[in-house]
Amino acid sequence: MAVDKQLALKLLKQMMEIRQFEDKIMELLARNIAEGGSHLYAGMEAVAVGAISVLRPDDYITSTHRGHGHAIAKDGDLKALMAEILGKKTGVCKGKGGSLHLADVSKGNLGANGVVGGSIGMATGAALSVKMRKTNQVVVCFFGDGATNQGIFYESLNIAALWKLPVVYVCENNFYGMSVSVKRASAVEDLSRKALAFDMPAETVNGMDVLAVREAVGRRVEEARNQFQPSLVVANTYRYYGHSRSDPRVYRTREEEKFWKERDPIPNFASRMIEQGVLIEQEVTELEEQVRQSIEEATRYAIDSPWPEPEELYTDLYA
Amino acid sequence: MREISYRQALNEALNEELVRDQTVFIAGEDVAIYGGAYGVTADLWKKYGDERVKDTPISESAIVGVGLGAALTGMRPVVEIMYIDFIPLALEQINNQAAKIRYMFGGKCTVPLTIRTEGGAGRTLGAHHSQSLESWLIHIPGLKVVMPATPYDAKGLLKSSIRDNNPVVFIEHKMLYNSKGPVPEEEYLIPIGQADIKRQGRDVTVITYSRMVLFSLQAAATLEKEGVSVEVVDLRTLLPMDIDTIVASVRKTHRVLIVEEDCKTGGTGAEIGMLIMEHAFDELDAPVKRLAGADVPMPKSPVLEKLAIPDPERICQAIREVLQ
Ligand SMILES: Cc1ncc(C[n+]2csc(CCOP(=O)(O)OP(=O)(O)O)c2C)c(N)n1
Ligand SMILES: [Mg+2]
Repeated sequence: MAVDKQLALKLLKQMMEIRQFEDKIMELLARNIAEGGSHLYAGMEAVAVGAISVLRPDDYITSTHRGHGHAIAKDGDLKALMAEILGKKTGVCKGKGGSLHLADVSKGNLGANGVVGGSIGMATGAALSVKMRKTNQVVVCFFGDGATNQGIFYESLNIAALWKLPVVYVCENNFYGMSVSVKRASAVEDLSRKALAFDMPAETVNGMDVLAVREAVGRRVEEARNQFQPSLVVANTYRYYGHSRSDPRVYRTREEEKFWKERDPIPNFASRMIEQGVLIEQEVTELEEQVRQSIEEATRYAIDSPWPEPEELYTDLYA
Repeated sequence: MREISYRQALNEALNEELVRDQTVFIAGEDVAIYGGAYGVTADLWKKYGDERVKDTPISESAIVGVGLGAALTGMRPVVEIMYIDFIPLALEQINNQAAKIRYMFGGKCTVPLTIRTEGGAGRTLGAHHSQSLESWLIHIPGLKVVMPATPYDAKGLLKSSIRDNNPVVFIEHKMLYNSKGPVPEEEYLIPIGQADIKRQGRDVTVITYSRMVLFSLQAAATLEKEGVSVEVVDLRTLLPMDIDTIVASVRKTHRVLIVEEDCKTGGTGAEIGMLIMEHAFDELDAPVKRLAGADVPMPKSPVLEKLAIPDPERICQAIREVLQ
């Protein structure tokens, strides 16, 4: 697939933003500036960035408990996202949602979710709404390998296939749900086969390769948009950090981690673009520096932002 | 007596029951290799293996359903639902199946099933990881609901829950796991359905449970300096509720504050207050007062989260109001 400079820079920039954002959150957690937990997306950048890059601004996504990457890729404002994770008034959800509930409905991001599988139903419903309102939008529904063991996954895929809904289910298979490997949690290891029961097209893609994700999801999104054909794309990928800050990662080996880190989606894509003459080295280093500055700015903004006022406790409950 | 943490007390209870009864087994998300999200099942998998300590898929409804089926047919499962916020995914199995099946079948079967879970706010995890949903569960006849506040109670009550021939939902509190307290080396049980007076007092009774027991004791210590004598009743079990202990305390102090972390509307405190009306109205010198969680989803922001649940200072304030 031909990639021009503008696209290459956009994909690279978003992946760098996500990586640096997550590294920064880890640092803020360690310094107790960020409280609570955060599930970090580092390592998985190519999935969110590749999949969302084929969407129109008015298309919808639903996200997961590991939602920072999706939010950034769906045109999220770094400052408002960072402030939200700290629980500040200037956060994208006024500090009420936090990391687990990052959302920006105005940008088509129907939100992260604290419940594994919790957004698969609403993604399917958004696709129904699109079809009923005849708006030609598409929904991309992100979830993890672990979520494919929830009942709502099967219930929703059945409805989408039955009613021909414009939704692409993107399973981020990072091979573990918390500490439990796919092998120990799922009777079938090839998760794409879970769509067979509904005669739904499905495929597996290299989730460490942003262009491969872009190509596969791009095709599926067009089928959804033009033919109301739902599908399942399984993107094989890896989460670099532990599930949470305190996770000693005893359930996986350091060799396995090394294997995946050698396939890091960011440097691999950058060097490929340089090799192909799309980008030059200097552009990559400049971009990295530019992203570093914007993450620093966002961090400062979030830290300096005020807390919500006490009255906010009772606002926003009912429309 | 030695002091151990709430977490370790629970771990010991599980270990001892696994040793004692070969039909006991543990199943839940991340309970085996990881040792539980909050470390309660640590090292049990190393000792007992997959056969008796099972990691499950993320399938809450089936976790309870499978536990129920095993319980009905000769096993004594202890299943874990990682957060009480995910109990709703399994609520059909708990409410329609586990809690009712013995009654529906004319008493011809038993369900020795323990469902461990944890709840409560305090870690700024937001609306899906901070709830207190116990009042939903006490609305289910056929279930028992246990909510210990101290390591001692946690251990004795978990052992009783496992040995009970009825489905028990055993609700821990995420902010208590590191709290320490005396726990004897030798075996003991604490009966389900018995409240405990955690502090004797004359002027006012605080009725509470789980983490709010600790906050209420702090408030009682503060008020003692002002010459107010506060009795703190720790319910320990919410269903069945120990009305006798509640009434005895009301007879003594004639004034009641209920402190609960769950949302006020339709909450556990409403049930406690109404029981007092039914059983001890004539004893009251002042209206029963409730201090409860705010009627909102738990906000993430640390400043809002603190406001959403009672704290020792507001408990003191509420006690002063009851005394006026
Ligand atoms: C219904 C539900 N059960 C359990 C959890 C606790 N939990 C949070 S993330 C997670 C693992 C999810 O695995 P997966 O779907 O593969 O996503 P990943 O974290 O690997 O991105 C678990 C068990 C939860 N949030 N929701
Ligand atoms: Mg996973």
